[in-house]
Amino acid sequence: MDAVVADFNALELAHAKSDPGYVPIEVEKVTISKLEQKLLIAIAGGNPPDLAGNYSFAVAAYADHGALSDLRPLMAQSNFDRSRYIEHFLRLGEYRGGTWALPIAPASTALVFNKRLFNEAGLDPARPPTTIEELDAYAEKLTKWEVTLPSGDKRVESGYLPQVPAAQKRLLQAGFLPNEPHWWMFGWGDFFGGQLLDGSDRVSTASAANIRAFEWVASYSRKLGVDVIKRFRSGFGSSSSPQNAFLSGKVAMEMQGVWIYNSVEKYAPGLAWAAAPFPHPADHPELAGTTRADADVLMIPKGSAHPGEAWQFIQFASTQAALEKLCLAQQKFTPLNDVSDGFWSAHPNPSIRLFRELALGKNAVSIPRTEVWNEYNRELGNAADLIQNLKQTPAIALADVQTKMQAALDRDRKILARRQAQ
Amino acid sequence: MSRANSLSRANRRNGLLFCLPWLIGLTVFLIYPLCAAFYYSLCDYSVLLPPVFIGFDNYLDLAKDPLFWKSLGNTAYFAAGSVSLGLLVSLSLALLLNSKVKALGVYRTIFFLPSLMPVVASSILWMWMYNGQSGLINTGLRALGISGPAWLADPIWAKPAIVIMAVWGAGNAMVVYLAGLQDVPASLYEAALIDGAGFFQRLIHVTIPMISPVIYFNVVLSLISGFQAFTQAFIMTGSTGAPERSTLFYVLNLYNVGFQDLRMGYASAMAWVLFVIILLLTWAATKLSQRFVTYDR
Repeated sequence: MDAVVADFNALELAHAKSDPGYVPIEVEKVTISKLEQKLLIAIAGGNPPDLAGNYSFAVAAYADHGALSDLRPLMAQSNFDRSRYIEHFLRLGEYRGGTWALPIAPASTALVFNKRLFNEAGLDPARPPTTIEELDAYAEKLTKWEVTLPSGDKRVESGYLPQVPAAQKRLLQAGFLPNEPHWWMFGWGDFFGGQLLDGSDRVSTASAANIRAFEWVASYSRKLGVDVIKRFRSGFGSSSSPQNAFLSGKVAMEMQGVWIYNSVEKYAPGLAWAAAPFPHPADHPELAGTTRADADVLMIPKGSAHPGEAWQFIQFASTQAALEKLCLAQQKFTPLNDVSDGFWSAHPNPSIRLFRELALGKNAVSIPRTEVWNEYNRELGNAADLIQNLKQTPAIALADVQTKMQAALDRDRKILARRQAQ
Repeated sequence: MSRANSLSRANRRNGLLFCLPWLIGLTVFLIYPLCAAFYYSLCDYSVLLPPVFIGFDNYLDLAKDPLFWKSLGNTAYFAAGSVSLGLLVSLSLALLLNSKVKALGVYRTIFFLPSLMPVVASSILWMWMYNGQSGLINTGLRALGISGPAWLADPIWAKPAIVIMAVWGAGNAMVVYLAGLQDVPASLYEAALIDGAGFFQRLIHVTIPMISPVIYFNVVLSLISGFQAFTQAFIMTGSTGAPERSTLFYVLNLYNVGFQDLRMGYASAMAWVLFVIILLLTWAATKLSQRFVTYDR
């Protein structure tokens, strides 16, 4: 983003030089941590930045609380051409009839796998699993234990080894763990055809497809053992470190975002990996190519002192050249339909076309746009905890979340109605 | 007469002037927020939009909110654990460090040092110690033939783990106890010794009654900070209070509701309930202290 800001400022200065009457706009970029909360406080305090970057899943809550300017009037004035954009990403900024944000750096997810571990397990890296059932079979072959024999000798064996008591085996390598990385525990339902929201007012956590997805999650706890997974996972370092489970070769297959390329280059250069569409249930071929696709967005906070100038910058940052520069620096793809040849040839990620194609597909899903998302996410996280620890069945845990979240959504709708009545 | 009057007037004025910075601070940073929070607790308030008055709805909703009770229970567990264990450890350390041994200053410094560490840093350090696979604690336990739990990932062990970590910072209380212990007149110990009192008799009949005001002070302070526990859980187990919400402390829940869900009115009601709870506990401690605390006057 720094380079795009510098380009914009240079262009403005050049404009001022050629036209002495023109007052140039200068954009100053400030990087902050805990963005969501700090931005909220700045807006509430009446001193927001003129322009803010944020995540697409924050749009609904911000918009519902009147914290954002609707971009539609500005878009109409400048003949905004929505056909330039990949429709899915443009929709992430739209909510309740308004356009509150524009996407700049999107991301999507796919199955990534360790080619060396595939070869070691006798699997063909050119034939990654395409169905969930295949994924499960591959995962079993890619799971390795250190088994202590009655003689005291140790031997490495693969599979789940249900016949060997827990005390005599130590997990060395997992083929697949649904909670590694743990970022998307809320969203496995999407891969089985489930939805978290049915329309905008009905919570559908306990749908059959979601229950099926979490049964699948729980099956890994049963196959490997709850305590085994916990202890194994506690040996992993943070996602941005060489001790990351995938980078260190402890987990052979994961769902990962397009950014995995950067992590490999930084922390595990030389790791032989590849990406493929995340598998779908064999009985649902129509779900092939399901991907989580969200984006970083630009928004103009309510109370921005310079909304016109902010919009000028957004327009500049949304040109194909600027977006390609930004997304190339972040090693992502752009939210636009057109891609220049230069972008493809300069892009270092060998799987970038796959990640983009998945995002263009009909099964690109995103975090539901609802003002209660943070609460919903926490509830789902807790349900996932209970399900993985085999404390509750998915049917019970998800029904509980559905009841709570329907009440939360109704509560918020009531508040909204009360506000509008005032 | 009039000179004495003007002198007392001048004294009052000067006194007020000297107090003024503190008074302003108290009003602006404590009394106003306290009153504002109470008003917001009666409103539906998202910070971003003007508050809408709804009476006591937030408080009524709190009573029915399972997360409120869960987080209150977790916090009470943490406060009770950290206060009692902290008292035991810091008082024992102070008693040990009150004896006359070589290089006493070094020992005192060593035991005090951990309490100087910021909570964030010590939380990260303890995350490594508690690592189920390669942590120092489980490595030690393994040497004893015990297979330790995956501490912070285990709903049974996560809370005790955070309590144990709190005791690590007992250095502050220890120093206060040490100061109290050194104030106990030697003559009392001498008299007790002549009467043939052993170590525990001296501890129970001389030391503890003599330092009871210090114990009272430390207990009240650690109770208050126990109920405000936030950072450890936020850093070590995340804002969801995982695993299975076993580390969802009251203030963590309040933070989630206020700053993540934008329900600042509800969060204000939670803050007021916490305020009243701490007030009641402090009052109870004061009542108890009237029976058990002896002031040397």
